[in-house]
Amino acid sequence: MSSDSFDDLRDLYQEVILDHGRRPRHAHRLEAFDASAKGDNPMCGDRIEVWVKYAPDGTIGDTGFQARGCAISVASADLMAESVIGRSKSDTRALFEAFREMARTGICPACDAGLAASMERLEPLAGVHEYPSRVKCATLAWHALVAALDGGKEASSE
Amino acid sequence: MNVEARIPLGRPLLLDVERIRDDFPILRQKVRGKKLVFLDSAASAQKPRVVIDAMREAMETQYANVHRGLHWMSERTTDAYEACRDAVAALLNARDRHEVVITRNITESLNLMAHSYGRGVMKPGQAVVISGMEHHSNIIPWQMLRDERGIELRVAPITDAGELDMDGFEALLADGRVGLVSMTHMSNVLGTYTPAERIVQIAHAYGAKVLFDGAQAVVHRRVDVQALDCDFYAFTGHKLYGPTGIGILWGRRELLDAMPPFLGGGEMISSVTYERSTWAEVPHKFEAGTPPILEGIGLKAAIDYVQAIGYDAIAAHESSLIDHALARIGAIEGVRILGQAQDRGGVVAFAVDRAHAHDVATLLDRQGIAVRAGHHCAEPLMRRFNLDSTARASFAIYTTREEIDFLADSLTRVREFFK
Repeated sequence: MSSDSFDDLRDLYQEVILDHGRRPRHAHRLEAFDASAKGDNPMCGDRIEVWVKYAPDGTIGDTGFQARGCAISVASADLMAESVIGRSKSDTRALFEAFREMARTGICPACDAGLAASMERLEPLAGVHEYPSRVKCATLAWHALVAALDGGKEASSE
Repeated sequence: MNVEARIPLGRPLLLDVERIRDDFPILRQKVRGKKLVFLDSAASAQKPRVVIDAMREAMETQYANVHRGLHWMSERTTDAYEACRDAVAALLNARDRHEVVITRNITESLNLMAHSYGRGVMKPGQAVVISGMEHHSNIIPWQMLRDERGIELRVAPITDAGELDMDGFEALLADGRVGLVSMTHMSNVLGTYTPAERIVQIAHAYGAKVLFDGAQAVVHRRVDVQALDCDFYAFTGHKLYGPTGIGILWGRRELLDAMPPFLGGGEMISSVTYERSTWAEVPHKFEAGTPPILEGIGLKAAIDYVQAIGYDAIAAHESSLIDHALARIGAIEGVRILGQAQDRGGVVAFAVDRAHAHDVATLLDRQGIAVRAGHHCAEPLMRRFNLDSTARASFAIYTTREEIDFLADSLTRVREFFK
C-alpha cells in the first residue's frame, strides 16, 4: 500500500497547508507591537499568541504569531497573517467573518462582494468544513487576532 | 515476548477473538466506507449484545423505581439493580456487598472521596499523595480540597520510563502527615501498572490509607481488594463494556461508616425532620437520589460477560496485543512511544515526528481507525515528557493483531504524508 490511500484527504491537507504548516513565514514574535492576544482551545490543547503592529494610517503594518497546534491551525495562522497585512481593522473583521463562514460551510457568500481576491489565499482551508472537529483549528488564530484588534488579551475558539 | 510462558498451565491461553467480536454489534459498522478499527476503548469501550439486551429488556418488561415501591415491578427492578452490587463485590472480591457504593462515574467516586474522606475525615495539615501520571479526575478534586481545607497535595515523581519512583514516593510519606494515597492502578497514557501491593505496604507503614483509580486496570486484570489490602478502589462502568452513567467506589466498611455523606437527598436518609435528619447505613448513605437503575442492570450484565471470559484469558490477550503493538509501532522510524514500563497494559501513546497528534488522528480516521489524540486528560503528565499531545491506541477484548498491523502500516503512510 502507498500513501495514495490518503488521497481523499488532499482536500483537507492541500499542498499549501502542508507547506505553511511545516514552514510558516510569520511564526515569530514582533519585537515592537501595539496589540497582542492569546488564543486557546481547551478541548484539544491548541494555543496561539498573536502580535500586531499598526501602520501610521491605522492599518495592520505587521503581524506575527507563535502557535502550538496541528498543521491546520499553524497553516491557518500563517495564511491569516499574509492576508491581513495592509488591511484596516474593519476590513480584517469582515474577512474573518467571511473566512469563518467558509470554514463552517465550505462556501463563501461574501466572496462575490469584493473579498474574492483575499479569500482566494484562504480558500485551501475550505476543506475543514467536512471535519467539524477541525473547524476550530482553522479559526483559532483569527479569534486571537480579532481579540487583539479589540484590545482584548484572551480568545477562545470554544 | 513469549505469552505462554506467563500463563499458568491449564488456564486458557488466548481469547477466541472472532467469537467475541460477534458479540459486539457495532463492530460490523463501516466508517467512511471502511471497516471500523476501534482503538479507543480506553476512552470508552463498546458494548456487547448482552448489555444492550439487558437494559432494553428491563425497560420493556420490569421497570420501576427501586427501594421504595411496594409493588411487583419495583421489587423485581430492585432485585435486578441490587444484583449489580453483588456482581461488583464478587468482581473485586469484597468482603461485604455493603462496601460497594454505586455512583454515576469514577469522577464522582473520586469527588465523593475528596468530600467525605478528605473534608470529613482528614484534618488540615495532613496531606494527600497522588502520582505524576494521574488523570485530571484524580488531580482536581484534591486541588479543590487543598485550596479549601489546607490539606497539602503531594505528587510522587515518575521515572523517564514512566514508572512510579518508589524512593520518591516513600520520601513523600516519611513525615507521617499523609492521610491518603490516591493513585492510578494503570495509567491511561503510559499503560503503566503501578505496583499496587507495594504501594499499599509502604503507605500503611506510614499510616496512610490507599485509594486506587482502577478505571483502566479493572478492564484488563483481576482486581482483588483483599489481596491488594487497599482501603478504597474506584472504577467506571463504561470502560468495562458496561453503560455510561455508572461508577463504583469500594471501601472498607469501617472507613465508609466513619465518613459523612456526599450528596443529600432521597435514598440516603434514615429519618428526616426539619430540625435534624439521620443517615442511612452504607452504602445507601452515599447514594442520594434515584440511582442509575438501568445502568446497574447493564453493568451487571457486563461484569457477568467479562467473568465468563475470565481474566486469565483477558490478561493474556492484552499482554499479547501490547507486545505486538510495541514491536510493530516501535519499529517505525520517527514514531516515539511514551513510557517503557516493565509492567504495562493495553494502551500505547505515541508521537510522530513532524506530525501533530490531531493530524495523525485525522489521517487514521480516514482509514476507519479510531484513536484518541490530545492530552488524554493528563496535561501534567504530557508536560513531564515535553509533549503537547500524543495519539493513543488502546486495546480491548475485541482487538485483533491484524488491527494493530493495520495501524502500524497506516502510521508508516502517515509518516510519508507529512515527510
